[in-house]
Amino acid sequence: MINSQERLIAAIARLILDPSAPQARHIAVGAASPIPAAACWLVKKLGHDVRLSLLHRPTGNPFTEGTRELFDLTGQGRIDLFFLGGGQIDGQANINLLGTGDWPGTGTRFPGSFGSAFMYMMTPRTILFREEHSARVLVPKVDLVSAPGISAPGVFRRGTAQALVTGKCVFGFDGTGFNLASVHPGETAETVREATGFSYRETPTVPFTPDPTEAELALLRGVVCDEMLETYPDFCRRVWGRTAEANPDRKTA
Amino acid sequence: MRQIDLEQLAARVPDGALLALPPDNSLSPAAFARALVRRNVRGLRLLGVPVSGYATDLLIGAGCVASVQTSAVTLGEAGTAPRFVAALAAGTIKVIDATCPAIHTMLQAAEKGVPFMPLRGVLGSDLVTHRPDWKVIDNPFAESGDPILLLPALSPDIAAFHAVCADRDGNVYVGRRRELATIAHASKTCLVTVERIIDGNLLEDERMAPGTINGLYIGAVAVAEKGAWPIGLLDQYSLDAAHFAEYAKMARTEEGFRSYLDRYVLAPAAVAAE
Repeated sequence: MINSQERLIAAIARLILDPSAPQARHIAVGAASPIPAAACWLVKKLGHDVRLSLLHRPTGNPFTEGTRELFDLTGQGRIDLFFLGGGQIDGQANINLLGTGDWPGTGTRFPGSFGSAFMYMMTPRTILFREEHSARVLVPKVDLVSAPGISAPGVFRRGTAQALVTGKCVFGFDGTGFNLASVHPGETAETVREATGFSYRETPTVPFTPDPTEAELALLRGVVCDEMLETYPDFCRRVWGRTAEANPDRKTA
Repeated sequence: MRQIDLEQLAARVPDGALLALPPDNSLSPAAFARALVRRNVRGLRLLGVPVSGYATDLLIGAGCVASVQTSAVTLGEAGTAPRFVAALAAGTIKVIDATCPAIHTMLQAAEKGVPFMPLRGVLGSDLVTHRPDWKVIDNPFAESGDPILLLPALSPDIAAFHAVCADRDGNVYVGRRRELATIAHASKTCLVTVERIIDGNLLEDERMAPGTINGLYIGAVAVAEKGAWPIGLLDQYSLDAAHFAEYAKMARTEEGFRSYLDRYVLAPAAVAAE
């Protein structure tokens, strides 16, 4: 039995390893991102040579100058891939972490832009991830732009969204708009269309998002969960029924 | 050594001060924030470096804050910061949105004593439109057009944080959280709480010196055991997730927040524990 989180993790891992995208040698993962973090650990545990900088690891944190160091590294081009989400995401891959309504979020206020306005433009690849797939989140045009998906000619940026992964599907992004790359089992092109507020391209037949392999599932439920327990105890309990106390011999990579 | 007690430390913050605070994962001074509520400070202009959490939400809820400049306000796994959201909706605070590296860069400019510093990215974000103090120029070193953002130096009146220990010369140990040094260097002074005062001089210990902020930047130090609680502190203790969840729940309403203050901030037993 494959659970929905495992499917999302495996889908993100495949995007990380996409041979047509620039190689990701150094991946950073921000706060409150258990699914992207698990995808990165899966890639590493599959044996790929990748450096992971997980910002919110309470122990063994990779930085000695906090997030300031992360942004300086990214400014130099030393982070290859990052993950962003959004309270709203639109068809041009603009993301809104500020809020709905007028400035600065007079409708529903979200937490704020974090480092998105910088990271999105300075990282060669960004995978957008938002589990909720609804017309409320995936809108024709975001109310406020925390970080733009597309920049005017002449504006320095190293990359933009590679893809958008949701609870229903995977969208690819080609620099101008989204295309429906695959739907998760249980969904169809039609259910995705009904739940999506922005327009996108789709082919007559849309494949299903592949299941994680047996080997991937074994890694996820074993060594990946081991790595995640300290930072994401609630997630590990919910998804894999594991608690930190039940695994006293935890080892780090 | 300028060692005073926690309430005296809070008394050093004048109404209306520009007060820089680190986020919940980086030596946030929670006990100090509670002492500021007891001191009944007013009109604070808070700066989240680069984001804000429990301490900021608590100060906003207690009516201590006029404005907050930050890149996000969040209680992490416990969800949104309820008093921040309520105060924004009610129009009782001014929110000045930023993005994390912009805040670091403004402090780095102040640290160097230069009037501004450039930062890549950000162009095309609505932040630029809503920050008249941020300017876009054409990179004077580029051969063709290359717009780039300039950020003004920002020097907080006071930076406050909670560290593991200080020595009697006022040197403060922040461990791997050396981004605190940038905040300290950029601010006019620092008010610091620590778990304990240690013997000897931190800067004379090769292993401790790299994680130490020189006492020349530190205005005063107060001992506050478990002074980061309910937030964690390096390898000393972890985040109290149950209390965070309780705060998030109670602070959903004004009434619940008042009960929280009564129980955990103003009650004689709560004060005595600090």
